[in-house]
Order: sequence, then C-alpha cells, then structure tokens
Amino acid sequence: MTKETSTAIKADQMFINFGPQHPSTHGVLRIALTVEGEVVIKARPDVGYLHRGMEKLFEARNYSQALVLTDRLDYTSAMHNNLAYCLAVEKLAGIEAPLRAQYIRVLVSELNRIASHLVFFGTFGVDMGAFTPFLYAFREREMALDLFEMLCGGRLLYSYMRVGGVSADLPPGWIEKCREFITFFKPRLKDYDTLLTSNPIFRSRTEGVGVIGAERAVSWGLSGPSLRGSGVNFDVRKNDPYCVYDKMNFTVPLGKTGCCFDRYYCRMLEMGQSAEMVLQCLDALSGAELNPGEVMAKGVPKMFKPAAGQAYAHVEASRGDLGFFAVSDGGLNPYRMHVRGPSFINVAILQEILAGCKIADVVAVLGSLDIVLGEVDR
Amino acid sequence: MTEETIQPKLSEPVFNHSNGRLLMPETRYWPTQMWKSPWSLPTYRRGAAVLAGLITGIAGAAWFLGEAGPRVAPLYSAAEQFALSKGVPAFIISVLWTFIKGAILLAAPLVNALFAVWWERKISAHIQSRMGPMYVGWWHGALQTVADGLKLLLKEDIIPETADKFVHMMAPVVVVIPAILAFAPVPFGNELVYADIDIGTLYVFAVGGVSVVGIIMAGWSSGNKFSLLGGLRSAAQLVSYELPRTFAVVPVIMLAGTLNISAIAGLQAGYWGGIIPRWLIFYPVVGQIAFIVFLIASVAETNRIPFDIPEAESELVAGFNTEYSGMKFALFFLSEFAYVLLSCLLMASFFFGGGAAPLPFLDFLPSWAWFLGKVLILMFCFLWFRWTFPRFRVDRLMDFNWKFLLPVSLLNIAAAGLLIWFLS
Repeated sequence: MTKETSTAIKADQMFINFGPQHPSTHGVLRIALTVEGEVVIKARPDVGYLHRGMEKLFEARNYSQALVLTDRLDYTSAMHNNLAYCLAVEKLAGIEAPLRAQYIRVLVSELNRIASHLVFFGTFGVDMGAFTPFLYAFREREMALDLFEMLCGGRLLYSYMRVGGVSADLPPGWIEKCREFITFFKPRLKDYDTLLTSNPIFRSRTEGVGVIGAERAVSWGLSGPSLRGSGVNFDVRKNDPYCVYDKMNFTVPLGKTGCCFDRYYCRMLEMGQSAEMVLQCLDALSGAELNPGEVMAKGVPKMFKPAAGQAYAHVEASRGDLGFFAVSDGGLNPYRMHVRGPSFINVAILQEILAGCKIADVVAVLGSLDIVLGEVDR
Repeated sequence: MTEETIQPKLSEPVFNHSNGRLLMPETRYWPTQMWKSPWSLPTYRRGAAVLAGLITGIAGAAWFLGEAGPRVAPLYSAAEQFALSKGVPAFIISVLWTFIKGAILLAAPLVNALFAVWWERKISAHIQSRMGPMYVGWWHGALQTVADGLKLLLKEDIIPETADKFVHMMAPVVVVIPAILAFAPVPFGNELVYADIDIGTLYVFAVGGVSVVGIIMAGWSSGNKFSLLGGLRSAAQLVSYELPRTFAVVPVIMLAGTLNISAIAGLQAGYWGGIIPRWLIFYPVVGQIAFIVFLIASVAETNRIPFDIPEAESELVAGFNTEYSGMKFALFFLSEFAYVLLSCLLMASFFFGGGAAPLPFLDFLPSWAWFLGKVLILMFCFLWFRWTFPRFRVDRLMDFNWKFLLPVSLLNIAAAGLLIWFLS
C-alpha cells in the first residue's frame, strides 16, 4: 500500500487485500477492497500475478509448436483453446479440416464444456460454503477426464487438436464409454438441483446479488454464460457457427435479471445441452459415412509458412467468446498472436458491481463470473 | 475393491490404433461401476447404515457395561470400607472421590473431541461418496484423530509478528476452559452428574457465554484484518443467538418448574397412555417449537455451517483462527466439539427425557445408554447440516435471528403459559 492510498482511507474504513493468496479468488487474483464494516465501498481487481508473456512466446515458436501454449491459457477448458487457435491458423493458411475431425472437435469441445462447468458448479458451491457439491462435481468430471485420457493421454492439458484436424481418431470402445458417461451424467443434473439449486440459503445468497443489466453487460463486453445470464442472446455457436455447430440441435439458455443465480443456472442448463450435443456427435461418428481414420487434412506439413496476412477466429469457450487473432509475415513463426480471453474481459466488470456489496457477496459475484486466472493473466 | 482389480492387466495391453498410446485400462475405477455394485447404495443410505451400525454397537457396549456396573459398585464400597478401617478420615475419601469423578466426567469433552472428529470425517465422507480415513487404527481409521492430535502437538507454534502476543496466547485458553467447565451440571445418566446444582440451566448458559470473549480476543489479537472481521462477526452472531437459545428453554423450565437439569430430565419419565413418553418434545406445539429454535440457535452458537460466518473459509480465509497453528488451533477445535456435545446433552435432557427409554418395554437398557444414543443421533443432525447446507450471509443471519427466531421463541413462552393454564 502506498502512502497516498493509506492517507486517502478514512479512519472508519478498512483496506483489505482480497487475494492474491485467498481460498476463493480461484487463483492469484487480487481485489483491493475498501470496506466499511461488512460493506464494500470500493473494489479494484488487480491482475497480472500469473503473467507468463504467452502472446510473446507464440512469436518464438512455429505454428505446430505454439499449440501447446494454448492449453495453458484457460486450463479447465483446454480443448476450446486448441480449437480457437487451430481455426485461426487454418483460416490464415487456407487449410480445412475433414468433416470427421470437425465432428470430433465439436464432441470434445462439448465434453470439455461439461467438465469445465462442473468445476464451476463445485467451486461455486464451496464459495457459498457448501462443500459437498464439489465432490459430486469432481466425481463426474473425473469420468470426462478419463475419456480425454483415453483420447490423447492428457488429463488437463490435452494438445489434442492439430492445425488441419485432430491428432488421433477415437480409439475403439471410446464411443460406448462416452455414452455410458452421458447416461450416468444426465440424471446427476437433477441431483445437483436438489442439492444446491433449490436450497433456500443458496437462493438467498445468489438471487438479486451482483445484478448486471443487459445494457451494462454488453457495454463491458461480457460474453458467454455471464452475458447470457443477463438475458442477452449471444452465442458464437449460434451467431457465428464454426465446425459443425450449424448441424447441431441445441438451445441457448438465457437468464432474466443478470444476478448471480441466473449466471449460475445458465451454466447448469448448458451442461444438459452439451450432453445432448455429445450424443448427437456420437451418433454421427459411430456411422461409417464419416470415413473412420480420416481426421487430418491431407498434406499439412509440420512446419509451414502461411502467406503474409491476418486472420481472426473465435469459438464459444466455457467462459465466453474466445478469439485468436493471428498475423503472419510469411515466416515460420506467427508475427503476432493476440488472444481475446473472455475471463480477462469479464473480470473487469468487478470494479463496477462490487461497490455496495457485502464481503460475502464479493465471493458470490466472483464465483458466478467463473474466471480462470490462467486466461486473465496469460 | 480387491487387490487384483487395482492392478492393470499387463498381459493384454490395449493400444490406440492410430497414435500408439496405451488406452485406459478396463480396470480403471469408474463411478458407474461403483453405483452398480451392491455396496454402492445412494450415499445417504450408506450414511444411515453406518449410523445404525454405530448406534447398535455403542448401545451393545453400553448394555454390556451396564451388566458389569453392579459388579463394580461393591468394589468401590469395599475400597471405601478398607480405607475407613485403616483410619483414613471420611472427608478425605469424599474429596478424593470427587476428584476422581470430576476427572472422569470432565474428561468427557476431551474424549468426545477424539470421537466426534473421526465421526464427522466418516459421516461427511459417506455423504460425499468417499470413504474417509481408512488406514490409521485397526478399523476404518478409528485412530485418525489421535494421529492428527499428535501431529498438532508436534507442530511449530507460530505467533504472527503483528499479533498482541499475550492476548493471542490467552484466547484459546479463554475459549476452552468455559467449554469444559460448562459440563459440570450436565447429567450423563441417572446419578452420573458432577455438580447437581439447582441453577444448572442458568449456569450452563452463563459459563458457555464466556467463550465468546475468547473468540473476540482471538480475532482482535491476531493482527490480521480477516481475523478481525471474523471476531466482529462472532461477537454479533453469538451474542444475538444467545437470546433465542435461552428463550427456547424458558417453556421447558416453566413446564418442569425447576432449573436443575437432572430434575428436568427426571420429570419426563413415564408414559401417556402407556405408550407415548412424557418427553417435552411431545407437548403439543410448544415442545416442538422450543426444540427447533433451540436446535437452530445451538448450531449458530457452535459456529457450524450454515452459521459458520465467523470462520467462513471462502470469505474470511478462516476468520478468527486464521493465525492459529498447532495445539492452539486444536484447542479451538476442541471447544467447538465440546459445545456441540454440550448442546446435544442439553437437548437430550430438556426435550428427549434424558435417559428414559422411548417405549416402556425397552427399558432393559441402562439409562445412560439411552442417553448416549439420543446424544449421538442429535450430533448426527449437526454433522448432517454441516455437510449439506451452504452458508448464510451475515445480514440474512441477523435478520433470521431478530425477525424470526426471537419473536417465535417469545410467542412460544406465551403459548407455554397458555398450555400450563390449560393443563391445570
């Protein structure tokens, strides 16, 4: 704390460093809180404790090598990062992935969305003081991670996708395992509702707390479930379909008021929609019309030089609109790679909605925005 | 799971045909398999099964000891006769006996903590579809708490630089001593009471209230802003919930006509129509409301979820005990469980007839076995709440107390007056 800030605080106010070492900042976020008793007067999120210079690191690797960096951005939904990067580079180099690879990409994206939202569900419960949902969520997430492990050997950082497709086709027996998971998982959503969603204490903690109106949400550039919780119907999967999302049959759940509960429940409903999409993809992939084994575009070398130019591609990641902006100068490495991380943009709104909340609400609002610091700080 | 299912089948490795990676072994533990096997009932049923097993076991042990009890009593009187014949003055024997009895009965909160921590861990594990501690001790991690206690004893005792060292050191002491002293007038069964004083009820609430001072001391002296907030929250919460908790007992005192805890328990012996026990909880409306208010306020008094805002982990890190480590932390823990036990003992005495059997033909078990069984069921409620509910927000917590619990408990006192007038 500098001398200026210490003199600026009145005697009856208290300055609290909420983080970077705090159990519910979900990483190393620091929020500088000025509180008067239990009420927050001013809040300023302070990011950058996990900064690794990712965007610069992209420039020192060729396009194939740089893929592994994307896993480390939002590490709970690494598949989406892979996908957004691959789409941007494919657009830049004029490559198109085969249809089977596109189906697999959608499949693993939705599976990863389930795994990621389960982390949200568990940690949001812990933020509210309910520890039990956490273990239920992680029990189911473990099964999704096992499926990913079968697929690519990784359980957190997959690097499964490649520029031009995916690294391997689905192994034998995987589709049955995946169906088994979905049939196990779908009834669990009702369990979660009885355990946490319908709990009156939980409702009183989240309903009407941290309200973000639709206009404000748009003007701060929110995306993903945090935006749809405010009732704004924007989903990259619907509004700018990529891969085979235009062939998928799904609805986009919307909230009404934009309070913490709406954001929470949007994610819960999204998990059900993702499960449906996984089944649709499995149905398509189990047939023979999608040439089994053909998961890479032909003739993509390990090192390639796209023509000078720029390309932007975005996907609907678990936390929102994740975009990659790639610039090529005709060389082996990207000239510039910019990442539009949804968490980084979502975290900015904290400074506006936290003022006037209770200290306990800080945790609720932060949890409901569901940020991942790997993506915020990059 | 047996040994062989954990081992991957090395003879038949399965590889992914396209990238050559080893596939997930078929033997990998999947929850779907767990739900299919007979042991994997839905978790609440497992919790109930464990509870039933424990209570049956403890009741059986109590019955065994009750059989042995009459054989021990002659030993005591023989020892007394022997000492008297050797010329030892009678008052020395009585003083010694008081000390021995005191040591036995006041060790209850200490032994209770050992048991309750293990029980909480097992119950929470089964609620959360896990096994909990399984290795330390001979049976299902039974000695886990002993191991943890030893670890806490050996841990370095850290006093933060910014702490007020004397107050910081005294706080756990101020918390734990009243927690043990408050057990003095509580009956553990017929005749098993250390100080059978006539104002027992008042004494328990008065002494128990002192611990709040210790918690505020801990919060204030730690030199940590989160601790300070925790201390302030606990000051507000514990003082407010003291009121409905005490008012909830007033109908009990009115109906029983005494403040002596064992007398209150004793008055509830007998049965209406030979079937329904004359417990206070079966008094229409008044009894049930008093019990529920007392239960809620007791959970709040013991700082447990959903009322654990003074030590809210996700908001205040650990509130007033953030800066405590080693044995000092263990003392806070000890006092928490001591108060849980105390609340359950009081509830069993006030509302569930102490050691009275629930049905006339069941009184072949000794009174203290029934008492222990009731206390364990009530303790299970505390654990059950803790591992199911989220946490209240601090202002809702106060609203709930002042706008709901307190008016209800006051109305209940009036209702008790009407009931007494009606009965007479």
